[in-house]
Amino acid sequence: MAHLTYLALLVGCLVVTAPLELVLRVRVYARWRRLLLAVLPVAVVFLCWDAYAVHRHQWWYDAAQIVGLRLPGHLPVEEVLFFLVVPVCAILGFEAVRVVTGWRAGDESERHQ
Amino acid sequence: MSYTALAVAAVVVSVLVDVALLRTRLLARRIFWVSYAIVFGFQLLVNGVLTGRRVVRYDPATILGTRIAYAPVEDLLFGFALVTLTLSLWVWLGRRGMH
Repeated sequence: MAHLTYLALLVGCLVVTAPLELVLRVRVYARWRRLLLAVLPVAVVFLCWDAYAVHRHQWWYDAAQIVGLRLPGHLPVEEVLFFLVVPVCAILGFEAVRVVTGWRAGDESERHQ
Repeated sequence: MSYTALAVAAVVVSVLVDVALLRTRLLARRIFWVSYAIVFGFQLLVNGVLTGRRVVRYDPATILGTRIAYAPVEDLLFGFALVTLTLSLWVWLGRRGMH
């Protein structure tokens, strides 16, 4: 079970934030095209940084706590998921603050003003 | 480059990307800082588990050695850059008419 530690943490992040979409109706997953365009470019940059750091042995992962699937750059699959899950959770939190407070972010469409 | 230097550079680049390139004015808005404060709390928790349980380990030579909730202080800068770039791009896409 220890192999699932990192993966379980990421699944936990998605589970904890799921009510924001399902109950608060922030419509982040619903706007999946915008979500992908916001998350993927940043994820690519950070994965390059991650691969550089792993290559330089600046940090490394405990083989006993990851599933063991390695991707190019010797990155654990959990790292790729990290750079998808964490930014998605950040956007969910951001949109939740908007829904709850009504504060503006400067990207509201005219018809909603 | 050390993790410390890269993490500081990432914060500078993320702020520059928002202010000079995407120009969302997000960093001047209350909604950003309140959201970031909430995300920051969860970041401490997630990072604390990853580093406290030693899922991720660091070369002592590449970090300052200051730790907050088990995580190297550099992780907080890394997280700020990740969240800022993502939210900036999200808002920029919205301003471009993508809703």
